[in-house]
Amino acid sequence: MEKAEILKQVNKIFIDVLDNEGIVLKDETVAKDVEEWDSLTHIQLIVASEKHFKIKFTSSEIQGLRNVGHFCDEIQRKLGR
Amino acid sequence: MKTFNELKKNLKKDFSKLKTVKLAVLGDSATQLLVQAIKCYGYETGHNFDIYEADYAQIERQIFDSSSELYRFNPEFIIVFHSSQKLLKNFYKLDNSEKAVFAEKHINYISNLYHAVASQLKSKIILFNYSEINDSIFGNYANKTNLSFIYQLRRINLELMNLAQQLNNFFIVDLCLQQSHYGTEFMIDHKVFMSTDIIFSIDFLPVIAKNAVDAITATLGNIKKCVILDLDNTAWGGLIGDDGIENIQIGDLGAGKAFTELQLWLKQLKQRGIILAVCSKNDEDAAKEPFHKHPDMVLTIDDIAVFVANWEDKPANIRYIQSVLNIGFDSMVFLDDSPFERNMVRAHIPDITVPELPEDPAEYLSYLRTLNLFETASFTGEDGQRTRQYQQEAQRAVVQMRCASEDDFLAGLNMYSDVSPVDKFNSPRVAQLTQRSNQFNLRTIRYTDEDMQHIRGSDQFLTFAFTLEDTFGDYGLISAVFLKKRAQGLFVDTWLMSCRVLKRGMESFVLNTIVESARRNGYEEIVGEYIPTLKNGMVKDHYKNLGFKKVEGKDNEWCLAVGEYKNLKTHISVKA
Repeated sequence: MEKAEILKQVNKIFIDVLDNEGIVLKDETVAKDVEEWDSLTHIQLIVASEKHFKIKFTSSEIQGLRNVGHFCDEIQRKLGR
Repeated sequence: MKTFNELKKNLKKDFSKLKTVKLAVLGDSATQLLVQAIKCYGYETGHNFDIYEADYAQIERQIFDSSSELYRFNPEFIIVFHSSQKLLKNFYKLDNSEKAVFAEKHINYISNLYHAVASQLKSKIILFNYSEINDSIFGNYANKTNLSFIYQLRRINLELMNLAQQLNNFFIVDLCLQQSHYGTEFMIDHKVFMSTDIIFSIDFLPVIAKNAVDAITATLGNIKKCVILDLDNTAWGGLIGDDGIENIQIGDLGAGKAFTELQLWLKQLKQRGIILAVCSKNDEDAAKEPFHKHPDMVLTIDDIAVFVANWEDKPANIRYIQSVLNIGFDSMVFLDDSPFERNMVRAHIPDITVPELPEDPAEYLSYLRTLNLFETASFTGEDGQRTRQYQQEAQRAVVQMRCASEDDFLAGLNMYSDVSPVDKFNSPRVAQLTQRSNQFNLRTIRYTDEDMQHIRGSDQFLTFAFTLEDTFGDYGLISAVFLKKRAQGLFVDTWLMSCRVLKRGMESFVLNTIVESARRNGYEEIVGEYIPTLKNGMVKDHYKNLGFKKVEGKDNEWCLAVGEYKNLKTHISVKA
C-alpha cells in the first residue's frame, strides 16, 4: 500500500477514535498537536489501527513511535512483510 | 453490543436528564478506560454515573483511612477491582506454608474491606471476582495440590460467593464467567497491559462495563419480570396449525433439541420467579394442544401466567398481557423468531426488550444467555410462587366481569390481611418490595436487607407489613409502610404496594391500620409526601384521595389530622 493511502486511512481512524472531524494528520504530527491524543487514547488508536490493517505492534515498537509519519512507515513495513 | 469506541460517543451526550448515581471505582491497575466504559454504558441504561475514580492502586488507603476522599464522596456504589495479575505477584512472594492459606487470608482481607466501608457508609460494594490465570507451574497437577495458584484462586472465588451470601451490601460481578465465555486472549491485550497497566482489552471493556452496570442497576430496581413467548418456531419447531401435533419439532424430532433446551431454561426462569406469558398467532385450542398433550413439552399450561393465542396483532396482545400483569413494559422481554413481529412490537412498544434472536434455533439459548437479561439483586423463596398468583389474578378478572358492581365483587372475595411490624422473618421480602415496586410507591426509597435491619431495630420508626389473601389464593406480603416519628406526628417515610393488589381497597385498609396505631401511640397528625418519578404517576393523588389536606407552601406534602379521621370503608378484614 502507498504511504499516502496509509496516512489517509490512519487519519480516518484518528477521526473516529478521537471523535473529532477536524483532524488533519501530517507526517510530522505528534501527540501534542492533537487535543484529544493523550496516553489513554493513544492505546485506543494503536488497537484500532492494528485491527484495521490486521497487523500487530510489539510493546517496544509502540514506545518507540516518534510521529505519525513514523507510525505509517511501521504499518507499511508490517504490511509489506 | 456496542464497541468501546461507539460507547465513547456517549460522552458528548446530555446526561443531565438521567438518574444520577454516585459511584466510586477503586482498582489496583489503571482503571481510566474502565471508568469511561461504565460512564458511557450508563447512558445506554438511562443512568448518569457520577464517578469518583481513586488514584492508581489506592484500594487500601481509600478504604482503611476513614478520612479519605472515598468517605467524603459518600457513593451509593463502590466498585472494587483487584486484578488476578497482582494477586499472582503477591502469591509468588510467599513460602509454601503461606501459600496453603492464601485464599483464607485474602477472604479475610476482603471481609475487612467490607466492614471498614460498612462502618461508615451505606454504600453497596460491587467486587469483581478473579479471572483465572494458568501459570503452568504445575500443569494439570495444579488441581492436585493446594499450593498451586489456580487452587487458591478458585477457592477465593468460591469463598467470595459464600461471603456475598452473608453480607447484604456486597455483590459480585462474575469476571471469571465472562473470561470463560470470551477467552483470556480476548479479555487481555498483553502488550497494552505491559505498557500501561490497563488489564482489559478495548474489546472487553463493554462486556465488563455492561456486567457492572447490570449488577448496579438491578439493585436500583432495573430488572426484568416477565418473558412473553411466541410459540411456532420459537417454543417449538414448525407450525402447530399446519403441521399438527405429531409433526412439531420438540424433543428428539428434527431440530427439537434446541427448543427443548430453550424450554428447560424458561422453566428454570419461571421457578426463579420470572413470569412466563404466551403471545401466539394461532387458534387458542390449537396453541394449547401441545401443552396438554405433547409428551416432550417441558413447559406445561401451569407454567404460563397469561396465555394469549388469537389473530390480533402482537402489540395489542402484549398490551393486554401487560394490563393483566400490571408491570412496566420495560420489565418485559418478548421472544419471537419472526423479524417482522419483533420490529412491529419494537415500533409500538419501545420500552419492551426484544432480543434479536439468531436465525438458527440451535443458537437461541446461547445467544439469550449472553444478554444477561435476568440480573437481579434479591431472591426469596416467595419468588417462585409468582406465576400461580398471576393465574389466580386471571381467574379473579373473569369473576369480576360477572359481578354487577365492584363493591359486590370485592365483598365476595373474602379478603383477609395479616398485619405485622417488619420483623426478621418478613424483612427480606419487605426490602425486596422497596427495590421492585415502582408504580405504587410514594417516595421510591430503596432499602437493602441491612437497611431494613436498621429500621426495624430503631425506635424512630413504626413499621407495618401487610399480606393479602382471598377466595382465589394468597398474594403473600404485598404492602409496607414505614412511619418516622417526628415531634408533632408521624411522617410517611415509605408507603408502597405491589400492583398485583390494585383496586382491592387495600390503601383504605392500610390507612385505617396506621391511623389506629398513630392514635394509640398519641400522635396527632400523619404527614405524607409524594416524590414524583417517571413511573409512580398512579399515586400522584394518593393522599388527596384518602382525605389528606395539602400542607400549605409545600407542593407534594399532605397532612391528616388523626383526631378527625373516620375509618374508610373496606372489604378487607384483619386475619385472626
